[in-house]
Amino acid sequence: MSLSPDQIERLARLARIALGPGEEVAVVGRLNRVLGLIDQMRAVDTTGIEPMSHPVDVVQRQRPDCVTETDQHELFQAAAPAVEAGLYLVPRVLE
Amino acid sequence: MLNATLSELSAALAEKRISSVELARLFLGRIERLNAELNAFITVDASLALAQAHRADRDRAAGKAGPLTGIPLAHKDIFCTKGLRTTCGSRMLENFVSPYDAHVIERFEAAGSVLLGKTNMDEFAMGSSNETSYFGPVRNPWDRTLVPGGSSGGTAVAVAARMAPAGTGTDTGGSIRQPAALTGICGLKPTYGVVSRYGMIAFASSLDQGGPMAKCAQDLALLMNAMAGFDARDSTSLERPQEDYGRELGRSLAGLRIGLPNEYAGEGIEPGVRRAVDEAVRWFEAQGAKTVPVELPNTALAVPVYYVLAPAEASSNLSRFDGVRYGHRAKDYADLAEMYSRTRAEGFGAEVKRRILVGTYVLSHGYYDAYYLQAQKLRRLIAQDFAAAFRSCDVILGPTTPTTAFPIGAKIDDPVQMYLNDIFTIPAPLAGLPGLSIPCGFDDKGLPVGLQLTGGYFSEAQLLGIAHRYQQATDWHLRVPTEAPL
Repeated sequence: MSLSPDQIERLARLARIALGPGEEVAVVGRLNRVLGLIDQMRAVDTTGIEPMSHPVDVVQRQRPDCVTETDQHELFQAAAPAVEAGLYLVPRVLE
Repeated sequence: MLNATLSELSAALAEKRISSVELARLFLGRIERLNAELNAFITVDASLALAQAHRADRDRAAGKAGPLTGIPLAHKDIFCTKGLRTTCGSRMLENFVSPYDAHVIERFEAAGSVLLGKTNMDEFAMGSSNETSYFGPVRNPWDRTLVPGGSSGGTAVAVAARMAPAGTGTDTGGSIRQPAALTGICGLKPTYGVVSRYGMIAFASSLDQGGPMAKCAQDLALLMNAMAGFDARDSTSLERPQEDYGRELGRSLAGLRIGLPNEYAGEGIEPGVRRAVDEAVRWFEAQGAKTVPVELPNTALAVPVYYVLAPAEASSNLSRFDGVRYGHRAKDYADLAEMYSRTRAEGFGAEVKRRILVGTYVLSHGYYDAYYLQAQKLRRLIAQDFAAAFRSCDVILGPTTPTTAFPIGAKIDDPVQMYLNDIFTIPAPLAGLPGLSIPCGFDDKGLPVGLQLTGGYFSEAQLLGIAHRYQQATDWHLRVPTEAPL
């Protein structure tokens, strides 16, 4: 499987990564080498094998249903690029 | 003192032969002399280190000292530290200061250790050479034109060049063991779930595991005693009784069954690596250990499987870096979508972008079953191979890496060549198993060779015991790098 520059553009859009002009060509070459490597595993017959999503079988722990977190928004928002009145500022999305 | 083990330093502190402040000054001075050239540390805060050292001296005077009180450590810059920036080797987090400490940082602080600084690493732990760091490559103190391995290359070099007596790393596909091997130190990747991932910046969450890096196995045990343990804030942290990781340091090797996989002895292994590992095997046999051939038939598939699963998890984990809540934000953008995409284009380096794109691809509509699900099925086969092998042996032994350290620039333009370097370190984390790398000699170029021991789940104490016996009879782990003499 190898990707065309068009497909790279679509992936970059999905991943929210802007590619500079002409950057697709360099990216596509190296990406296709990586895909060539991972394609090796597609030929193996894995019929009937249960996918393993996690190395250890653990179930999610439950905890008592009570408040454990305190409001620390000022502390957490101190690391944000743009904040006003306790809100994160981003470009307008609705006109 | 610079070449002393943690137990020796601990004894020197207890006997008042040196104070914590003097010890911190000693290592800070060494960092000052060597770091400009080796680039092992991204951030060093001498006043913070000295304040912690003063506190350790006061605690000791008050009779409240443990084995790590006053011991200076170097932490990988992936562990969040309150009040000291945490960059993860990325421009994205160049100025990020975490509002909280990672569990591992809390544990070492509670143990009274001193934070010397935050160490360089491949960006977001993605790399095997420490060349993908935004803060520049780390240099190998055995030959400064060579890489130290990665991604925990900064801690590896800090310990190897005696800029810190020990430190921490994280391992996803070999990031503790591979740099340990390439710099002549020891590194342990614990069983998945033993060390909390809370505050450890996520790369591939089903694989990531923090662990200790030090000069000898006994030191690794001391560090594990502090850093391992249950933490409710990590949903995959395992609830198990507290262990003493040094409990098997005195155990005999007689009767130990050492599994030697055929797959770890194939082509591609440099003769110097093979020779050093074979010699170690003969030493173990002379101590009464038995070697048994074992098979890990899916070893060759581990690399492609890993390079599907890790990028898939990374593409999801790294979606949090959007320029809204923390980290870099682009200056020029027309709308929200462009703010995201430019922020990420500027904030991430080439390797991180490549892995995010691969991950996005293998998870995208129409490819999920063929790549992601297939890789998860093969992951089970790889884990089953280990389970079968451990029916006939106690530990699996082989080289940590097929080659010794390679030149800076040699593999950075060819991601596949770089990835294949991890062939022996990738299988254990896929199965969630612990793995240990210790030095076992030198090749003809005078470069250190790493010996890898992989054990069953929760066999850390056993692995450390085996390594300790070896280190009582050899001095590979005490050799000081030629280009960072004491």
